[in-house]
Amino acid sequence: MPEAMPQAAQRPPAAPDVGIPPDATAAAVRRVADAVRRRVLDYTLKNNGGYLSQACSSAETLATLYLRVMRLGASQAPLVPRPFAGVPGPSNPDAFTGADYNGPQGPALDRFIFSPVHYALVLYSLLIELGRLGPNGLDAFNQDGSTVELIGAEHSPGHEVTAGSLGQALSQAGGIALARRLKGETGRVWVFMSDGEFQEGQTWEAFAALAHHRIGNLGVYIDANAQQCDGAMAEVMTIEPLAERLRAFGADVHEVDGHDSDALAAAADGFGTGDRPLVVIARTDPCRGIELMRKRAPKLHYLRFTSDAERRAYENALNSWVRGD
Amino acid sequence: MTETVTRPHRDHLVRWAADKPEVLVLSADLTSSCEADAFRDAYPQRFFSLGMAEQNMMGFAAGLAREGFFPYIHTFAVFVTRRPFDQVAMAIAYPNLPVRLVGFLPGLTTPGGVTHQAIDDVGLMRLIPNMTVLEAGDATEVTSILDVAQAVDGPVYIRQLRGEVPRLFPADEPMRLGRARLLADGDDLCVISSGICTEEALRATAALQDRGLGVRHLHVSTLKPFDDPAVLEALSAVRAGVVTMENHSIIGGLGAAVAERMAGHGIGRRLLRLGLRDTYAHGASRPYLLREYGLDAAALVRAAEDLTGTRLDIDEADLAAVRVGTLTAAEKTEDL
Repeated sequence: MPEAMPQAAQRPPAAPDVGIPPDATAAAVRRVADAVRRRVLDYTLKNNGGYLSQACSSAETLATLYLRVMRLGASQAPLVPRPFAGVPGPSNPDAFTGADYNGPQGPALDRFIFSPVHYALVLYSLLIELGRLGPNGLDAFNQDGSTVELIGAEHSPGHEVTAGSLGQALSQAGGIALARRLKGETGRVWVFMSDGEFQEGQTWEAFAALAHHRIGNLGVYIDANAQQCDGAMAEVMTIEPLAERLRAFGADVHEVDGHDSDALAAAADGFGTGDRPLVVIARTDPCRGIELMRKRAPKLHYLRFTSDAERRAYENALNSWVRGD
Repeated sequence: MTETVTRPHRDHLVRWAADKPEVLVLSADLTSSCEADAFRDAYPQRFFSLGMAEQNMMGFAAGLAREGFFPYIHTFAVFVTRRPFDQVAMAIAYPNLPVRLVGFLPGLTTPGGVTHQAIDDVGLMRLIPNMTVLEAGDATEVTSILDVAQAVDGPVYIRQLRGEVPRLFPADEPMRLGRARLLADGDDLCVISSGICTEEALRATAALQDRGLGVRHLHVSTLKPFDDPAVLEALSAVRAGVVTMENHSIIGGLGAAVAERMAGHGIGRRLLRLGLRDTYAHGASRPYLLREYGLDAAALVRAAEDLTGTRLDIDEADLAAVRVGTLTAAEKTEDL
């Protein structure tokens, strides 16, 4: 065992998240997920484009993870995100990751590894709803010199590893999970992935390794929205039958409606003491909550307004949403 | 006569790691081939087989390193540097994690042909920010390279030797980070060699000095950072020019590093780079390949003739007769 563990690992587990009961209900998840979608739409308008469909598909999954699945301590990070402090390196002691938004590290606490970092705005918006990021936490979004980047980096709030080259985070999470087992820690490692990442060979290498090494403290939630940059996944390169493939690779697989928080949470019940990785395939709708998006299908990956009329239509949708129409 | 040490890394790794419980070994189906089998047998709980899946192995190593372990990846150099390049760059090097990438079969040391010959690994690893690049040139360095790597705050690529390895340097003179070894002194010609090319260079430098040519010969084992003041001093001091010798492409490796250094300091000397001249190689014996591609002692003689503009009349017999034993300390093996 390493003799010198990181300082954070020696701290006692912190109190539960501020203002959020650890046994949150599906109604609480729904409220948070709606607010996340609204905020992402707002910033998509402010930036004249953005990863909006990802909020539509993943809002309940991410909210359920934070509100009902993961055992996290209170945020250790400032409400207003720190500016970029330079890339990590031997001559830069100031570099940091955004993991402290997910609380301290501790033997009994869970870890969250965020893989499809183009979903960053969804995660930032969620952190605001949870009080882990201040209400003005997005003021620096997509601004030069900010850590609140369009595509998240490991210094971005809620992020811990470098994952933007898709399909790489699961392997890193596997190493973290293996290390935690070697250290006798009981906390689990949760990975949020997008379905497109199952086109990468590395993802399957990782599942082979997780099964071979009987890593039972790592759980994966997949936002299976069936769409990717070029369009519908079924047209680009199908990954189906995903559940059967993952079962054949030795995972404990649950396939659920990704907008049903109770089903998402139930899949993780009691997880963490076995010897197989858990996979929850969240089947999702990339237009959920913003019906206007359906007009653009199957090109949903990045919303860039093609006309003033289209932009106004989304503005109207946001305004009527805010008014509660 | 030069002492030859059989598989110096194999047993040394076991001894070295005995009091380092945070050191792990990760392997990709080449455990015995990379002399990690003794570690596996001695410390099975610290050895992890990750199969022929190098991209995933790099991620696992990164995760383990984030948690306080020191993963020593063992596989062939080509499978460390080419196949999982993005994973090495993003998962390991960007966060400056202390993963040690131990790559075997550098350059033309394998008859395995183009798929097994790492001719671009130094260049690829030098390109990556935060990466330190080390190369072993003899049995003393094969063993002392682990201490050098372990002291580095960040990822390290170790270009390692296996099997029958000559001892060119005294066992009690270990490798030091960023410090070249001065093997001969003179003012006419500067020879800078690395890895197995140093043994070849030693065969030629003695013959060159016999012909009255002053040769300043430096052996380099730290390829990045490349900031040894002794190298700069040697490059500036010689009259006729500089020859680099490396078991690698002349693009991106030692020769390129020397060229960058000379240009940066305005050192106006001719530079001849011996190495693979923008070509792949093929499967054949090491002596055959070193001769075919001009990485042997005879190639250094030709380069010296070119730079000095003189015929030196050194033939194969002269080179074969040269013994490097005068520079070794075979009698000091008990120091191991």
